[in-house]
Amino acid sequence: MKNEETLLEIRHLHKDYGNGAVLKDVSFDVHKGEVLVVIGSSGCGKSTLLRCLNGLESIQTGTISFCGKTIDGSKKDWFQARQKIGMVFQSYDLFPHKTVLENVILAPLKVQKRSRAEAVEEAEILLKRVGLYDKKDVYPRQLSGGQKQRVAIVRALIMHPEVMLFDEVTAALDPEMVREVLDVMLELAKKGLTMIIVTHEMQFAKAVADRVIFLDNGEIAEEDTPENFFNCPKTERAKSFLNTFVFEEG
Amino acid sequence: MQDLGIRVLFMGNNMARLLGGLWVAVKISLISMVLSVIFGLLFGMFMTLKNPFTRAISRIYLEFVRIMPQLVLLFLVYFGMTKTFGINLSGELSAVIVFTIWGTAEMGDLVRGALISIPKHQYESGAALGFTQIQTYQYIIIPQTLRRLIPLSINLATRMIKTTSLIVLIGVVEVLKIAQQIIEANRYTVPDSALWIYGTIFFLYFFTCWPISLLAGKLEKRWNG
Repeated sequence: MKNEETLLEIRHLHKDYGNGAVLKDVSFDVHKGEVLVVIGSSGCGKSTLLRCLNGLESIQTGTISFCGKTIDGSKKDWFQARQKIGMVFQSYDLFPHKTVLENVILAPLKVQKRSRAEAVEEAEILLKRVGLYDKKDVYPRQLSGGQKQRVAIVRALIMHPEVMLFDEVTAALDPEMVREVLDVMLELAKKGLTMIIVTHEMQFAKAVADRVIFLDNGEIAEEDTPENFFNCPKTERAKSFLNTFVFEEG
Repeated sequence: MQDLGIRVLFMGNNMARLLGGLWVAVKISLISMVLSVIFGLLFGMFMTLKNPFTRAISRIYLEFVRIMPQLVLLFLVYFGMTKTFGINLSGELSAVIVFTIWGTAEMGDLVRGALISIPKHQYESGAALGFTQIQTYQYIIIPQTLRRLIPLSINLATRMIKTTSLIVLIGVVEVLKIAQQIIEANRYTVPDSALWIYGTIFFLYFFTCWPISLLAGKLEKRWNG
């Protein structure tokens, strides 16, 4: 752990859609500057967990504290918190009626009430950083999936979030575009941004994570450093999960 | 004999009268369309409510208006109101009422379609960026809905203009009625005037609706292409 300051504190989170629990008694902390990777098989509740952390899903019991303050679940509280919790989705939903630049500056202008000149300036810097400055005036439909996803990341970054949530951001991409998106995320990790990443890219998880949470059936089955988790998983469930990514040679 | 018919058009102020009649039809369509857009937007949002009661109401209203021929609705309002409630509505007012009832239903259904065609992720992306619900609608959902809606509602407007040809049957003196008057007045002097007059009306309707259709197509291409 790079820093002991706790940013997010999740305690006894319980989520139920009405047909069995999706998340059962999930507790963990996220420290400032830490990269937490959440892995697990499909349907284990990873995405739901992330969506709960952003208030897109309501929770039945448990508490979520952000910067030491418990979020009471009211709409107003979440609108405040969301400005500091960025999220990027699997389906890279840029706003189709706006250009790349307009997509990026919309929230700074309208939510944070920043000046246009300042927002544009920062947007351009960020777009340069992800190699999309020359695309700033095109509409999302003219971009590839990987490009859209990089714009979506910039759109979240410009809000200066304390923590970024990435929900399987490469899952919908063609394989050759996965790399360009992961590279952007790796760079953010190096810069010290706090991130919670749900992913199926195990190599990437190994490279980027400070800590790995293995979620199985809505429970945290294992929580460890990536070295320990990937080299000697403690539980059978984690072992068999990791084995699904191994191919016998010859 | 061949050139006799067209003569009627240029006799007296016949052409001006026809254009005046067209204006009556267009005016009724315009007023009805403006009202339909306003009420249709509200009705469309009302239709997206999940409540079973409001769903039933909007379903019944929509089906009722769609199944009922517009002519029956016109008779119902124009004659029915007078006979049953003693309310004496002018033909033009009855027409506006009926076209608004019809237009609201059709427009509402278009609005509903446009609203539900916006993916859930658009709402969530807005929320995740810290937009309030109202801001999400204001900056993200409604602009996209309008883009989908404008070409469709323009088509509805042209349908409405065409359907005004029915209001001659409740005594409104619009382009078709004037045409009949001209033909009747010249029955003996120009027996073949009907072809010419109705042919002219065809072009009048065509040149009213065609630019509107072109505009709709253009907008559709620009926003979806």
